[in-house]
Amino acid sequence: MKLSYFAWVRERIGKAEEEIELPPNIATIGDLLAWLKGRGEEYAHAFEHAEIVRAAIDRRHVRSDASIEGAREIAFFPPMTGG
Amino acid sequence: MTLSPAEVERYARHLVLREIGGPGQAKLKAARVLVLGAGGLGSPLLQYLAAAGVGAIGIVDDDVVSLSNLQRQVIHATGDVGQAKTKSVADALARLNPQVRVESHQRRLTPANARELVKGYDIVADGSDNFETRYAVSDACFHEKRPLVTAALGVFDGSLTTIRAHERRPDGTWNPTYRCLFPVPPPPGTVPACAEAGVLGALAGVVGSLMAIEVVREIVGFGEGLVGRLLMIDASSMRFETLFYDWDEQNPLNGRGVKSEE
Repeated sequence: MKLSYFAWVRERIGKAEEEIELPPNIATIGDLLAWLKGRGEEYAHAFEHAEIVRAAIDRRHVRSDASIEGAREIAFFPPMTGG
Repeated sequence: MTLSPAEVERYARHLVLREIGGPGQAKLKAARVLVLGAGGLGSPLLQYLAAAGVGAIGIVDDDVVSLSNLQRQVIHATGDVGQAKTKSVADALARLNPQVRVESHQRRLTPANARELVKGYDIVADGSDNFETRYAVSDACFHEKRPLVTAALGVFDGSLTTIRAHERRPDGTWNPTYRCLFPVPPPPGTVPACAEAGVLGALAGVVGSLMAIEVVREIVGFGEGLVGRLLMIDASSMRFETLFYDWDEQNPLNGRGVKSEE
């Protein structure tokens, strides 16, 4: 599966996108976020306030309880405030 | 509404466009646009709106121009440092296009004054630099039934979308609200601000100019706007992605279980 990161999530993780093999027990965006947090300090930092980071499956915004079954690409984009 | 010979010459490159033309130019001249923030996004936005002949532009900003603004806030100049941004904007727009009426609101938009400010305009463009304003103005636009073009900057990133939450899609579902995308404001301190994190100057120019396109489109009505779509720009590797979003039945403005005002 392709994961894609934007704005300060990308900066904290240090990459714009990656191909990843997900463990079979990950069913929802929430599960994926919890799993990503455990992949290292940079991920833990990026998702320390996971509730404010938004997700999109195949370019459509979804809530964290959404199923990721059949997803080809999941994007994470956080709110920004600069003007 | 007729255009003078000077106006016909000034707006000639818009007047020849089938998508704008005389009727579109008349709509621009009749339009009242409220711009939040005369900063990085507001600078090109205000310039292009004035250049396009928008009839009245309201500008909300309580800040003064500082030297560290000038790397990206290109509407202000070195001689404006220390001056109120609303004053600097009024001067710059008068030089650019004296036919535009500039209305200065030298204050912060808050939940208390938002609806009153928004009500006086046809369309609102948010280029502010804080979440309190972003939520206050998007809620106010929902309640006052005003279209909102809203954009934000990160260090190398920008986001842009257009909200028409008071209207339905052709299939009868509501257009999404700002809160369908970002339900609650992030806790203070969790999202880095430009002041600490820095921001690429020309990125503000790109995103602010895209805001101007959305505002002109909303006024004139051509092509397809960003209602229900969020444009994400990553200038560090030039990725432009469009993400779709829908009305969320759990949203606190007009979700299920929220009492309608109508």
